Amino acid sequence: MALTREQIASIATLARLDLTADEVPLYQEGLSRILEFVGALERADTADVTPMAHPLPGLTQRLRPDEVTEGDGHERYQQNAPRTAAGLYLVPKVIE
Amino acid sequence: MRTLTQLADGLRRRSFSSVELVGALLARIEKSQPALNAFISVAAAEALEAARAADRTLAAGGGGPLTGVPIAHKDIFCTAGMRTTCGSRMLDNFVSPYDATVVARLKRAGALLLAKTNMDEFAMGSSNENSFYGPVRNPWNPQMVPGGSSGGSAAAVAARLVPGATGTDTGGSIRQPAALCGITGMKPTYGRVSRYGMIAFASSLDQGGTLTASAADAALMLREMAGFDPRDSTSVDAPVPDYVAAIEEPITGLRIGLLAEFFDKGLDAENERCVREALRVLEGLGARVSQVSLPNLPMSVPVYYVVAPAEASSNLARYDGVRFGHRCENPRDLTDMYRRSRGEGFGAEVKRRIMTGTYVLSAGYYDAYYLKAQRVRALINADFVRAFQSVDVLIGPTTPTPAFPIGAKTADPITMYLNDIYTIGANLAGLPAISVPCGFAAGLPVGLQIVGPHFSEARVLAAAHAFQRTTDWHTRVPVGYA
Amino acid sequence: MSEWETVIGLEIHAQLATRSKIFSGSATAYGAPPNTQADLVDLGYPGVLPVLNGEAVRMVVKLGLAIDARIAPLSVFARKNYFYPDLPKGYQISQYELPVVARGTLEIVLEDGTVKRIGITRAHLEEDAGKSLHEGLPGVTGIDLNRAGTPLVEIVSEPDMRSAKEAVAYMKKMHTLVRYLEICDGNMQEGSFRCDANVSVRPRGAQKFGTRAEIKNLNSFRFVERAINFEVARQVELLESGRAVVQETRLYDPDKGETRSMRSKEEANDYRYFPDPDLLPLKVDAALIESVRATLPELPDQKAARFASQYGLSAYDAGVLTASRELAAYYEEAVRAAPEDPKLAANWVMGDLAAALNKEGLEVGAAKISAPRLGELLRRMHDGTISGKIAKEVFELMWSQGSSADAVIAAQGLRQITDSDAIARVIDEVMAKNPAQLADYRAGKDKLFGFFVGQVMKATGGKANPAQLNELLRKKLPG
Repeated sequence: MALTREQIASIATLARLDLTADEVPLYQEGLSRILEFVGALERADTADVTPMAHPLPGLTQRLRPDEVTEGDGHERYQQNAPRTAAGLYLVPKVIE
Repeated sequence: MRTLTQLADGLRRRSFSSVELVGALLARIEKSQPALNAFISVAAAEALEAARAADRTLAAGGGGPLTGVPIAHKDIFCTAGMRTTCGSRMLDNFVSPYDATVVARLKRAGALLLAKTNMDEFAMGSSNENSFYGPVRNPWNPQMVPGGSSGGSAAAVAARLVPGATGTDTGGSIRQPAALCGITGMKPTYGRVSRYGMIAFASSLDQGGTLTASAADAALMLREMAGFDPRDSTSVDAPVPDYVAAIEEPITGLRIGLLAEFFDKGLDAENERCVREALRVLEGLGARVSQVSLPNLPMSVPVYYVVAPAEASSNLARYDGVRFGHRCENPRDLTDMYRRSRGEGFGAEVKRRIMTGTYVLSAGYYDAYYLKAQRVRALINADFVRAFQSVDVLIGPTTPTPAFPIGAKTADPITMYLNDIYTIGANLAGLPAISVPCGFAAGLPVGLQIVGPHFSEARVLAAAHAFQRTTDWHTRVPVGYA
Repeated sequence: MSEWETVIGLEIHAQLATRSKIFSGSATAYGAPPNTQADLVDLGYPGVLPVLNGEAVRMVVKLGLAIDARIAPLSVFARKNYFYPDLPKGYQISQYELPVVARGTLEIVLEDGTVKRIGITRAHLEEDAGKSLHEGLPGVTGIDLNRAGTPLVEIVSEPDMRSAKEAVAYMKKMHTLVRYLEICDGNMQEGSFRCDANVSVRPRGAQKFGTRAEIKNLNSFRFVERAINFEVARQVELLESGRAVVQETRLYDPDKGETRSMRSKEEANDYRYFPDPDLLPLKVDAALIESVRATLPELPDQKAARFASQYGLSAYDAGVLTASRELAAYYEEAVRAAPEDPKLAANWVMGDLAAALNKEGLEVGAAKISAPRLGELLRRMHDGTISGKIAKEVFELMWSQGSSADAVIAAQGLRQITDSDAIARVIDEVMAKNPAQLADYRAGKDKLFGFFVGQVMKATGGKANPAQLNELLRKKLPG
C-alpha cells in the first residue's frame, strides 16, 4: 500500500503537523512500509470475532459520585501556558 | 551497591543514612551522565532535603517500607513542581502541577525521588534513540542501545546508579530494555497500576511497572505502587497481595508453557541457548515444561502498529500549544500555530506514529485497519486464555537479539518494530510479564520472559525469584559500575 | 401551498444539571471568572484521566424513560477527534455507535390541534466544549474552559418535522420535559439548552430527502424559527434557479437574520471516532433503571390529561398550564384554595397572572401574588363579595402592594353591594335624573336597559351586584 505525497499532505493536515518538503518523502516511504506490514492483518480470519477495545474484557465503567472536589487552580495551571491574559488562554484569532 | 531490598533494610537498621546514600548515588549519577545519558533531570537538592527528613523519621523509629530509599522515575510520570518532559521538545519546559498516582504512592512508602530518567519521546521507541535529550547508552557497551522506551531507567539500574526505577510498558518498553541491560523488568496486569499521571501513549496498552536488579526488589516496589485508583477508570479495584511474601512460594509443580511461536527464525542462536538453559534450571526446581502454541501471536506486531498509533494520534492531540507545551514563534494564524507547534515539538518517530494512527482511523480505513486489528487482538487474547487453561505461566525469550549498535536499526521502522515481537502479546492481552537476566550473548545480557494470566503477578514474580535464587545473572554488573 | 416540502431534524444539546462535570470534580456553575472551574482533567493536562459522573448517567436514563426509549444495557464512549482551541484534548468524549438511549418518541400538538409523534433516534452523553471569546481582544481569541466538561445530553430527532413551527413546538416540548425531569435548567440565554437544525427541502410528494444543511448553535425558539425559515427560502431559491444545495454547516446570524456557511468547520470533518480507551463500557442494569424510574415525576402529557379531566379544562388550557412544572403547581395550589371554579382559576392564571408576570419579565416562582392569595381572590368572586370587574382592580393592587385580597377589598371599600334596598335606592335616583331615557325605554326602546345598568354601576363605583341589579331594574323600569 503505497501512499502518495498528496495523501501524506492530507494526513499531516488532519493531524495538524507541519512537514518540511524533505520530510514528506520520508514519511511517504515510512508510512507505506508500515501499512504494507500491517496489511498482513487482512489474512486473518476474523469472521464473527468481536473487536477487543480493552484488555480486561467484562469490566464496566465505574461511576463517580456527583461531588465538586476541585477548586480554582488556574493561576498554577497557567504557569505552563505559552500566552494568557485575564485568566484566558490566548490563541491567534479564531475565525468562524 | 546493594539491592533495593537491602538498602531499605540497611536504612531501617540505620547501618548508613539516607543522606549518605543519596550523596553517593548523586556522585555516581554525575560521573555516569556523559557516558550513559540515563537522566533528563536530577533533583539533587530536593533529594538531599528529603533524605534529611527521612533520616529524622528513621531516627525516630518511624518510616514506611521504602523510607529513605532513592529511586528514579521515568520522565513520563508527572512529578509535582518538577519538569516532566516525556523525552520531548514539546514538554521541554513543562512543570507538572501534580504527582502521578505512582509517584505519590512511592513517596508515601517513603521513597525519595532522585532523578527522572531519559526515554524515547512519548515512550515511542525500542532503542532510546528517539529522545529529544539524546540517546541513552548501554552500560554493558556504550556503542549499544539500552533498549526502549524505558532505556534511561534500565541503564540507570544496570549501572547501579539507582536501586530501582519506574518504567512504562506499552509494547515491551520495560521488559525489552531490562533484557538488553541485564536487569529485572516487571510489567503488571493492565489495570494493576494506576495510569493517572503517567503520560499516555496508547491507553489500552500502557502499564506502569518496575526496573530493578532483582525480582525480590520488583516485588517490594510493585507492592507499594500497585492498587486501585479512583482517578483511573481502567484501574482494577482488587486487593494487592503482599508480593514480597508471595515470591517465597516454591515453584515445584509449576506448569510452564514454552512458547513455540517465540522460537522462530528471528531468534538469535545465543539468545535461544540462554533461554533453553534457563528452562533446564526451572525444570531442576521442579517446574514441568511443555510446548504451547499460540497460532495468532505472530500477528501481534501488526496489530500493535495499528492500535498503538491510533490511540497515540488521539492522545497526543492535546499538545496544541494552547495550555502547555511548545508553541511556535509568531504564528500567522491558528492553523499555523497548531501545525508548526506540533511539527517542531514532536520528533520524527512520534510524527510517524501520529500520522499512521490518523490514517488508520480516518474515514474509509477504520474498518480495514483499526477494527480489523481489534478483532485480531481478540484472537490473540483468546489464544492466551486457551494456553492458560493448561499451563500456569508462559516462558520464552524477551527479545530476539541482544542489544544492537546505536544507529543500526533507525533506517527502517519495521526492523525496529520487530524488536518487540515477543513482548507485545502481553500488552495486547493485558497480561503480567517479567524479564529476568538469563545469560550473556557475546558479552551482552539476554532476557528470559515469564508471562502469566491476569493478576498473577505473585506467581510470575515467584517463578522469577526462584530462578534468581539459583542463578547469579541478575547480580552481574557492567565493568566500571560495580 | 408551496410545491416544496420542508424536512427538519433537530439535535438538541441540553446541559445536565449535575453539580460537578461529567468526567471531573470541577463545579459546573455558570458565570465564574474565566478558567476558575477548569481542573486538570478539563484542561486535558498530560496524564490525567476521565471518570464518569454517575448522576449524569441517571439523568440521561431518566430522559430515556420519559420518552419511552430503549436504554442500552451497555453503551460505549467514543472520541470525536478534531482540533479547536476550546476543545482541550483535541477530542470530545461522546457516544457514537452505541448510545445509552435510542428509539424514543415525543408528542407535539400542532396548530390545528392534531397530535404528531416525533421520533427520537438517540440520546447520548457527551462533554461540552469551552468558550472562545473575541470581544476586547484585538487580534487574538481568549479561551475560557469553565464550560469544558459540562455534561450534555445530545437528543437527536428523526427528520420528522415539516415546518419551522413544528420544529419549535418539538423544541419547546423537549424544553418542558427536561425541566420537568429536573435534568436541565433550560436556561437558553446561558446556553444550557440549544440545538442544531438539519434542514432540507424536497419536491412535495418526493420520497428521497433533499441535501441538508446543518445550522449550528441555535439558542432561542425565535432563532430556530427564523433560521429555519431563512434556510428553507434559501434552499428553495437555489433549487428553483437550477442550482444545488451543498451539504454543509451553517451559522445563524441573529443580527442579519440569515444563515451563512461555516467553512472553518468543514475543512476537518473527518472525526476519526473510535472507542475511548480511557473509559470502559457503560453498564445500565435493571436495578439502576428501576431506581431512576422511581424518581420520575408526573410527565407533562400525563399532567395535561389529568388537568383536562380533573378540572374540566380544554386540551389547550391544560397544555398551557402544564408547560412548566412550576406553573402547573401554582395553578393546582390556587385551585386548592378556591376549588369551586377550576375553569375560572385557569382563566386567571393564564390571563391576568401571565400578563403581570410577562410585563415584569418574571418566572411564576417570583409572582408577587402567591397561589393561595390568588385562590382567595377567586373565592371572593365566587361568593359574590366582588364582581369580576372589581376583581381585576383588586388583583392589580394585590400585585403592587403585596397585600391579600381581603385587605385590598376592605381598604378600598370594594365590597360588592348586595343589599337590595340599597341598590333599589340608587335605581330610583338614576330614574329620577334621567326622565327622558326612562320615557324612551317605556316607549319600547329596550336597548336603553344597558344605559341604566351603566348609570347604576357608575353611581356605585361598580360595586352593585350585577345579578341583583338586573333583577331590580327589570322590576322597576317598566313602572
